[in-house]
Amino acid sequence: MTVILLRLFIYLELDVEAISMSFNPKHILGIESLTAEEINFILDTAQSFKEINTRQIKKVPTLRGKTIINLFYEASTRTRTSFEIAGKRLSADTVNISASGSSVAKGETLEDTAKNIQAMHPDIIVMRHNASGSCQYLADRLDCSVINAGDGMHEHPSQALLDALTIREHKGSIAGLTVAIVGDITHSRVVRSNIYCLNKLGARVRLAGPGTMLPPGIEKMGCEVFNNLEDAIRNADVVMMLRIQRERQGAPLIPSVREYARFFGLNGNKMELAKKDAIVMHPGPINRGVELGTAIADGSQNVILDQVENGVAVRMALLYLVSGGEKLKGE
Amino acid sequence: MKTLIKSGRVVDPANKIDEKLDILVIDGKIAELAANIDPGDADVINAAGLIVTPGLVDMHTHLRDPGYEYKEDIISGSCAAAAGGVTSVACMPNTSPVNDNLAITKYIINKAQAQGSANVFPIGSITKAMKGGTLTEMGELKEGGCVGFSDDGLPVVDGEMMRRGLEYANTFGVPIFTHAEDLSLVAGGSMNEGPVATELGLKGIPWVAEDAVTARDIMLAELTGAHLHVCHVSTRGSIAQVRHAKARGVRITCEATPHHFMLTDEAVRGYNANFKMNPPLRSQDDVDAVRAGLADGTIDAIATDHAPHHIDEKNVEFAVALNGVVGLETLLPLTLKLVSEKVLDLSQAIALVTCQPADILGIDRGTLTVGAVADMTLINPNKEWLVKADELHSKSKNTAFSGQTLRGYAVRTILAGKTVFER
Repeated sequence: MTVILLRLFIYLELDVEAISMSFNPKHILGIESLTAEEINFILDTAQSFKEINTRQIKKVPTLRGKTIINLFYEASTRTRTSFEIAGKRLSADTVNISASGSSVAKGETLEDTAKNIQAMHPDIIVMRHNASGSCQYLADRLDCSVINAGDGMHEHPSQALLDALTIREHKGSIAGLTVAIVGDITHSRVVRSNIYCLNKLGARVRLAGPGTMLPPGIEKMGCEVFNNLEDAIRNADVVMMLRIQRERQGAPLIPSVREYARFFGLNGNKMELAKKDAIVMHPGPINRGVELGTAIADGSQNVILDQVENGVAVRMALLYLVSGGEKLKGE
Repeated sequence: MKTLIKSGRVVDPANKIDEKLDILVIDGKIAELAANIDPGDADVINAAGLIVTPGLVDMHTHLRDPGYEYKEDIISGSCAAAAGGVTSVACMPNTSPVNDNLAITKYIINKAQAQGSANVFPIGSITKAMKGGTLTEMGELKEGGCVGFSDDGLPVVDGEMMRRGLEYANTFGVPIFTHAEDLSLVAGGSMNEGPVATELGLKGIPWVAEDAVTARDIMLAELTGAHLHVCHVSTRGSIAQVRHAKARGVRITCEATPHHFMLTDEAVRGYNANFKMNPPLRSQDDVDAVRAGLADGTIDAIATDHAPHHIDEKNVEFAVALNGVVGLETLLPLTLKLVSEKVLDLSQAIALVTCQPADILGIDRGTLTVGAVADMTLINPNKEWLVKADELHSKSKNTAFSGQTLRGYAVRTILAGKTVFER
């Protein structure tokens, strides 16, 4: 197998790293079902792909002849573009479909939509959908691979993986770190995937948000829960801020963005509570002055653009692995 | 016309009978129970090795007729009942149009009598069109055959309206069946609130949504002296409230469904909408409380909340799937499971699906008393069978027990002396 890997990496003109396993899942539906070894394998693969993105010619022929459909039921710029670029840099044909509304509102069921797409023989469907469990639903019914680009409040695996890659790059290792995640925990799929991912990789996870945004039983997923930002970020190695959805203002969850920013925004000199070399992360898009003060958003501790850069590499890795990984060479 | 049910183990809780007896049926009525009755010219049904009980009574079903015949109708629903050993069903009024007037009540009863394979007892709505605004003509509806009143599926939100509904129903001596749910606390939730919902990213429904309205309605029953029946209790709190209310003499009864004593919210993992119902599947602690409530008599009846839905209404994203599961054909084995798991003894278990619900409905069924209508179920308690959704008699296949091997089923269902189902 080592010989095959060597051949692959020579073929891709990649640095050969010590990769001692093979991992070719049919789907990527969430982090929950992955082992630490599998996560590390994805991250190692992503690390190898990262170099392609800085080449003069940013394209390798790995997925030539493969068709990838990005089926997005929710607005997304970053994730969809990132998946699209990832596919294109691997020479796949990528097609974007923006659908809107639930199946009920559309008058066509999700299954029918998906089967229509399947009839065009894509190899991979990358889906974002507002219903938790919708990617599992798709995977249960289709023959092609499904990659979850965010399902409701459930999981957003590629985000957690790019977060892990970014933390690993900055901190060397994830085991033993303390990661504080602050914001609307209840509605965040990013949080759930990150809790799974960080726990599997040996980090300690802390959560903070107003009581209205902390779902019952979240501590059972393996995290400490705080009612204030200060206690959560004290001596943390990583502070991850979540986007606060302005439309939640006035709903029962928060009285105003103004009050939210005061108590749960990362601003002023709050970062002094974290470790000196702590990094600040955000899945984007950021609300300046709400969850993130401008001085911090533009400060030296933030690694937000590294996350975006790593997003492409992680998604290349996922597309590559669900397509068969090194087995592609046998085709 | 004479039939002799020979050598079965007769379990008739209302008459405290549990022994090997013969039952002689003449012209659709129970004529005699005794050991070794001489068959004479009677047709003989050999029930050796079988349990013979009064025909089961399911006091909470949705037959969907009129209006939603694509899900179920009175014929298919009563066939499902017969296949499950159920001879009497009460059907909820959330049809289209709602059963809030004599014409619909008569339609249901006439269709069941003409074409059905079970007794169908309609439950009328408390308010016209179940909109919570005006009381229905309960006096006339009761005369027409309604056995109780409920806006099941929807709570009566307005406290005054619920109070007047209880008072008015009590005028005619019929119970109010409350669907206890505070919709403002449900707030769009699709499963039980708790760690599983949090993990799955599904909005949860807290227990307090059920308990708060149960508390209000118990107090209204206490205030008015009317008979309140609490549908499908599913939480530790609401069962405790019923227990305390009974202890202080409030006229209150309640029922629980098999899915609420067999399954927890862990079943929702995988997002299969056949585990989506209202009230939702709860925690293990709640399941334990339902079982304790059945064991100590707090819960008076096991009822299925048989809620057929078309596959197209279930084969969608979990959050948008309709609530409910079919239950008529799995009621018996799931009830018997409580016996094999030593939660109940056999007599208690049979009482929960025969005489006790019949008493609440005020119907002359659920016993094998001499002179009673000969509705009977012959049960093979040991037969193991695999639940296959497409083999169900119901038009809809939304069972929560597909693929499970259950033990015990009706081998013969007898309605007024005539066999309506046999396997």
